[in-house]
Amino acid sequence: MFKYFPHTKADVESMLKTLNISSIDELFKDVPESVIFNSDYDVPSYLSETELRNHFAELSKKNQELTLFSGLGIYDHYQPAVIDALTSRQEFMTSYTPYQPEISQGTLQYIFEYQSMIQTLTGLEVSNASMYDGATSAAEACFMACGVTRRNKMLISSTLNPNTINTIKTYLNFKGIEYDFINENQGEIDIEDLKQKLDKDIAGVIVQNPNFYGIIEDYSNFSELIKTNKSMFIISADISTLGVLKSPKEDGADIACGDCQSLGMPTAFGGPTLGYLATEKAYVRKMPGRICGYTHDLEGRRAFVLTLQAREQHIRRSKANSNICSNQSLMALYVTVYLSLMGRNGLKEVNNLSYQGAHYLYDQLIKTGKFSDPFNKPFLKEFTLLTNISKDTMQTALLENGIFGGVNLDIFGDKYEGLVNFSVTEKRTKNEIDNLVKVLEGLS
Amino acid sequence: MINYNKMIFELSNEGRVGYSLPRSSFNNYNIDDLNDNLKRKSELLLPEVSELDVLRHFTNISNKNFGVENGFYPLGSCTMKYNPKINEEMASNKAFRNLHPLQPISTVQGALEVYYNLQKYLSEISGLYEFSLNPFAGAHGELVGLMVIKAYHQDRGDFKRNKIIIPDSAHGTNPASTVVCGMEVIEIKSNDKGRVDLESLKAVLSDDIAGMMLTNPNTLGIFENDICEITKLVHDAGGLMYYDGANLNALLGKVRPGDMGFDVMHINLHKTFSTPHGGGGPGSGPVGVTEILSKYLPNPRVKKLDDYFYVENSGEALGQISAYFGNYLVALRAYTYIRTLGKENLKMVGRYATLNANYISKALKTAYDLPIPGYCMHEVVFNGLNNKDTDVKTLDIAKRLLDYGMHAPTIYFPLLFPQAIMIEPTETETKETIDEFINVMHKIAIESKEHPEILKQAPTKTPIRRTDEVFAAKMMIFSYKDYLEYINNRG
Amino acid sequence: MSKLVEGLYYSKSHEWVKPLEDDVVLIGITDFAQSELGDVVFVDLPEVGNTISQEDEFGAVESVKAASDLIAPVTGEILEVNEELVGEPELLNKDPYENWLLKVKLENPDELGNLLNSEEYAEFIK
Repeated sequence: MFKYFPHTKADVESMLKTLNISSIDELFKDVPESVIFNSDYDVPSYLSETELRNHFAELSKKNQELTLFSGLGIYDHYQPAVIDALTSRQEFMTSYTPYQPEISQGTLQYIFEYQSMIQTLTGLEVSNASMYDGATSAAEACFMACGVTRRNKMLISSTLNPNTINTIKTYLNFKGIEYDFINENQGEIDIEDLKQKLDKDIAGVIVQNPNFYGIIEDYSNFSELIKTNKSMFIISADISTLGVLKSPKEDGADIACGDCQSLGMPTAFGGPTLGYLATEKAYVRKMPGRICGYTHDLEGRRAFVLTLQAREQHIRRSKANSNICSNQSLMALYVTVYLSLMGRNGLKEVNNLSYQGAHYLYDQLIKTGKFSDPFNKPFLKEFTLLTNISKDTMQTALLENGIFGGVNLDIFGDKYEGLVNFSVTEKRTKNEIDNLVKVLEGLS
Repeated sequence: MINYNKMIFELSNEGRVGYSLPRSSFNNYNIDDLNDNLKRKSELLLPEVSELDVLRHFTNISNKNFGVENGFYPLGSCTMKYNPKINEEMASNKAFRNLHPLQPISTVQGALEVYYNLQKYLSEISGLYEFSLNPFAGAHGELVGLMVIKAYHQDRGDFKRNKIIIPDSAHGTNPASTVVCGMEVIEIKSNDKGRVDLESLKAVLSDDIAGMMLTNPNTLGIFENDICEITKLVHDAGGLMYYDGANLNALLGKVRPGDMGFDVMHINLHKTFSTPHGGGGPGSGPVGVTEILSKYLPNPRVKKLDDYFYVENSGEALGQISAYFGNYLVALRAYTYIRTLGKENLKMVGRYATLNANYISKALKTAYDLPIPGYCMHEVVFNGLNNKDTDVKTLDIAKRLLDYGMHAPTIYFPLLFPQAIMIEPTETETKETIDEFINVMHKIAIESKEHPEILKQAPTKTPIRRTDEVFAAKMMIFSYKDYLEYINNRG
Repeated sequence: MSKLVEGLYYSKSHEWVKPLEDDVVLIGITDFAQSELGDVVFVDLPEVGNTISQEDEFGAVESVKAASDLIAPVTGEILEVNEELVGEPELLNKDPYENWLLKVKLENPDELGNLLNSEEYAEFIK
């Protein structure tokens, strides 16, 4: 007897009798004998719930929760208690994709509200129901640019997060789309290099804001250049920062993408998070992913429904815009609940507190004399400094003090040698920041 | 509660707060110090709602949803089995939840142990050498698996092989993933038993075939009994075999895809391994491969040396297809599920799932048209009612089931049968529930004869009735902003 | 019963061609096509001045449940596009023969010989 298998011996006997067979194995008679697996899987024996809890207690001891001064796409922001209370409701958590709208208005409504919130944060006209993560969303945005312009080459900013760049490269390589990189200069995109590289083959240009170094780049002069070239302008942004920073729409972007982890999701060892994708209505038919629309039912009641499904794989098959089926739906509920609680003022305050903590840390680190700023550009909650402190020394000291961050960026490649990334959110107290500085100022 | 009809924006009142943030400690810095041309000017259309109102709002809309814990959910190929609560408890463990993916390896040995061991357990269960848990969903896993196949051929210098054979019964993601991977689809027809037609297969085999994608049991719930010959044919022609793991639940304990000759596969953790569907995600689509293909799996890789787990970014890999480790907390739930079942119970899953589907098949074929006779596996496909002299369509049957408090099965898939109804009970349902479903389906068949108008009007007992999908597509109201404009224009 | 109009040419991909004068034709979709699609919500057509080629895809018609590629029944330059369908795609359901898609100047009038007449098309869709 096992708690997830409700059939009793009597149940099975009764069902076998109805089927006129003497054992369940007779149902598998069509399976060639040569492929029947006759032994046991070499996996551990079952654990009772108590034993399982003990097992995880042991595993937990092998992990260490650290005070996080690290970002790079995954941020330690405040998660309101209400989020877990709502996202753990089985009606949201265990339900299927809302293809039967009559019994899925819960899911469809939060998706609609999520789309609305992404719409207002990005300023673009339509958001889809979510993508997997920021990196894959950026890759699909590149596909979109190629689909709309019918051109086959992308320009990628060198100041994108390398995880995003690597993901885009894999996707473009396999699809057979060419790409080139826009050089960086002093931590920002070199606009002269962009001008040089824009030609009639370019489907789109993708940039990140704030960029990989945490720098807020000024893209005001980009959109006109790109539009004149009839290419698409894609901005990848940490969604939380759009609460205060210039929106992709205000920057003249055609497509906005990025990760929503910073809106109420745990760091979760990297996942699940959620990728957002938004664009103007003119391009909606080239956008991948599910889209929820407003309508009414036959009694005139307000209703929400998945729409424009004729773009998707289950209808278009090989002609679909993308192969995406499941997305990150429940994570969209995290976003919707978070933003419902925070509102525009809460979001602004989160960014302000993060800004304040980051700039305080920055000044204290510079004061130690052990760090210098190679870029001197505006930043929000994340910044990159140069240091001569040996990587091993720094990481050992930080770990001894239960801290993770500054992150040595050379894990992403030699070009980042000597560079260290720090990120501060509203969760970091003055004591924690002062402690971090204290740990670092004594090192060499 | 079912009449609750507001959007969160409509609960908003200026000045309300639903959050509490720490006091500022650094008042000499302010984000307003940023240069104006970096700051947003346009207003945000975000609601200002009290904490209680947020809870009420989402609680009330959740009551318009139907989850696995509300009732029977026989969606074919979705495997809507019970999502264990113990999995949720483990996933909420702060020692896992609060980890940053870039943390020093020595501080995440527990997290990596779970991840690595899941890779191993999936290898065991599938009979394939190694897994990557990075893909975020089944379709993502398909894409990655196809990338592995393409990378393998290209690495051998064989650039001619860029076609993938796919049966016409396949799920739409199969051909879509093939195109996203930059390859061509060669579609082959199924025979009248719903299986791969060997002659059609032989006719398309050539030196430009990279591989074949197959689901087994197929999307009709029927086992491809020629599987050994199929894989041999494709291998002899120089191609690789890809296994779409959507229907793996039928095989747990009975057959391993690796033993059938598959070289690459994906698994849907949110199907076979009980992780919640979440209303459409997050899922997880791990990809498994044979030994010679393992070097092509994507980065980052989690490996083990003696008792130590570490992360590797191998240069030979096809690159990254995710920023980090995929949907880690989803993988953790699947790990918990496998530890809960253990070797003793994993081997019964396929048996019970198949017993339940066949029991339904026999009971319903008196009223519903069973196009493929014989045993099915974990799911059964009907082609509408036996009575063809009716206006009642599969859509009407599905909508009427909602009135009886059950979720509809999968409808209009696979495309082979125009009135397809695909029923997958899974192994976690009692005989009583299954009998009740059978009764209801018979009731509906009778209604289709005696009161077809009830079916045409169904559902009538759900939070809303049938929706105007033409309106949704034409009006393109995708956000609250669009909605306000629509209301404004409507006057 | 699918509606057909005499005097038109038909393609196996369910487009019709109506010859006007001077090797100019109108192109549309048949009653069978619109009925299979259901309520049309969007029509994707190329621009005036572009060329279409016989048997090549030149656009798409989208309904709630399906999207069908439009396959060119003839080769030629597009002289006019029916702009009415942009705002009112449902016109294709109302009358698929009145509501044409494109007006095209034939590059090779002999191509019409490759198409079906109304009897042959009626047989084909049986």
